[in-house]
Amino acid sequence: MVWETIRLALRSIRRNVLRSFLTLLGIVIGVAAVIAMITIGNGTTQKVRTDISSLGSNLLVVRAARPDRGGSTSFTPRQLDDKDLDGLRKGLTNAKAVSAASQKSVRVVYAAGNVAADVTGTDTDFFVARDWNASTGRLFTEQEVRGGVNVCVIGETVRQQFFGAGDPDGLTIRVSRMGCRVIGVLQPKGTSGFGQDQDNVVMMPLPTFQRRIAGNRNIDAIYVAAQDGVSTSTVQEGIETILRETRRIAPEADDNFQVRDMTQIADAMASATATMTGMLGAVAAVSLLVGGIGIMNIMLVSVTERTREIGIRLAIGAHEKHILIQFLVEATVLSLLGGLIGIVLGLSLAGAASLALSIPFAPSAAVILLAVGFSALIGMVFGFFPALRGARLDPIDALRHE
Amino acid sequence: MARDPLISFDKVWKTYGQGEAQVHALSGVDMTIGRGEFVAIMGPSGSGKSTAMNIIGCLDTPTSGRYDFLGIDAGRLDRNRRAVLRNLYVGFVFQGYNLLPRTTAAENVELPLIYRGAPSGERHERAMEALEQVGLMGRQNHTPAELSGGQQQRVAIARAIVTRPTLLVADEPTGNLDTARSHEIMELLTTLNAELGLTIVMVTHEADIAAYAQRTIGFLDGRIASDTRKLEVA
Repeated sequence: MVWETIRLALRSIRRNVLRSFLTLLGIVIGVAAVIAMITIGNGTTQKVRTDISSLGSNLLVVRAARPDRGGSTSFTPRQLDDKDLDGLRKGLTNAKAVSAASQKSVRVVYAAGNVAADVTGTDTDFFVARDWNASTGRLFTEQEVRGGVNVCVIGETVRQQFFGAGDPDGLTIRVSRMGCRVIGVLQPKGTSGFGQDQDNVVMMPLPTFQRRIAGNRNIDAIYVAAQDGVSTSTVQEGIETILRETRRIAPEADDNFQVRDMTQIADAMASATATMTGMLGAVAAVSLLVGGIGIMNIMLVSVTERTREIGIRLAIGAHEKHILIQFLVEATVLSLLGGLIGIVLGLSLAGAASLALSIPFAPSAAVILLAVGFSALIGMVFGFFPALRGARLDPIDALRHE
Repeated sequence: MARDPLISFDKVWKTYGQGEAQVHALSGVDMTIGRGEFVAIMGPSGSGKSTAMNIIGCLDTPTSGRYDFLGIDAGRLDRNRRAVLRNLYVGFVFQGYNLLPRTTAAENVELPLIYRGAPSGERHERAMEALEQVGLMGRQNHTPAELSGGQQQRVAIARAIVTRPTLLVADEPTGNLDTARSHEIMELLTTLNAELGLTIVMVTHEADIAAYAQRTIGFLDGRIASDTRKLEVA
């Protein structure tokens, strides 16, 4: 019985191919839009996540922050300093690396060329925490950091700007009027998920940076890499306990610093993407509604056209429910067909987009199943009224219908 | 003539419309039709014969009075119960054949069995049997458009008898056919009546068609005007 009803529905749809296709268009567009949007959205989120995990998923970033309540009321938060750094270095037992860094965007000059680059003053642990090495030359040593020597390691973009294919080892560049000997080039990291060129950088020892570039002893951020197998939240708790002590925060006062791990930053990015997807989803929902009304319209036409057929079926013993189910199944099959075409179209669009935007193609089985279910539901909801109308026909009148 | 009554009208009225515009299609009809009878109902248009036929076939119900079919008070049943009754006990043959277009003869014949929930193997077997009974073996895969009028009416008869009904209701079954084809169809109905003991109630306005029946009931103005039986030829 079920199979016959579905076969009957398919036959009736085939009989009016063009009309059926036009009816489906609304559903096709709606479902295709949803599928494409979500697939592209997922791809973007995945890209952001891999970018961030390339920074190190075990990495925590500590920054100074104004407390939510209590503590200092001054506008600028209390900066991180050497005491905080020493406290963390001594107190944290489950950290692989604890590194301080300060950053400033300054003009870097070599010969006739000049470029604006992110200049970072840091220590040797930074490269451990970020899992970053030199592609040519070497990184600076602990002695060089302690001594505040004027040496620097440059990123791939800076190297290309100044030296083309050449080797910059031993040459001196000027960083904000300070002469600085290049000792190595960093491995290229490419563009981050935030659209930032991670290779347009110059790295130098932190004391050198503080004295010659920043002119203060502030530390912008402390990077902590958790040991393998230790969860970032455990390390985060340790950091918070130590810093509340070194920064003498009263028990009832809020933290005047914040600790975030890279997954939290990734989540923030993902939620921005989700908002976009949600808005576009609303547009798709309108399209699906229009599609549903189209199905209702065509089913009403179908019921009217086949009044005589309904009469015959009722006369030879069909129940109201048989007629109801017949037309309901027809509407559902029609709508489902639209959904399937929409899924194929949506996935093709997303595939093309992921090639063009070089993001991963990330179809979601759950969303595809949801689209199938939803299009079936639309068929049932919008097919119900026409089907009921057919089922309620009087067999004598229906048989008389021309 | 004390046959087991299959159909019994007791002061059946059928009224359409309200107040001034009220029309009585049937005005207190009493009649009994026994099992195995072949009855022709005649009368001019508007005489109430179609209304009577619709009530007999359980498509319609009386406004007042009582209609018993198979000893069941069929006039009081709701439409879904009457649908079950039609499916189990009544076969319909219409003037315009009323086959489903673009659907093969076999599928048309199977249709009533689908609503009975019969499995497809059994449906097909019984459809082929019914097509054989009406002399259409080998035409089972033809659609109505590929069949002549007479053949289409044979498919319709096969569809009516595939459920092995007690009653066959025929509404002007030869109305769209030429004389030769009409007599073939009537021969077929006569054979079914004789061999299967099928009760047949047939509406017609042609005397030579009515002559195939054993009994002719004449309707006029919503009442029975005549009820004549053919003399049994010994």
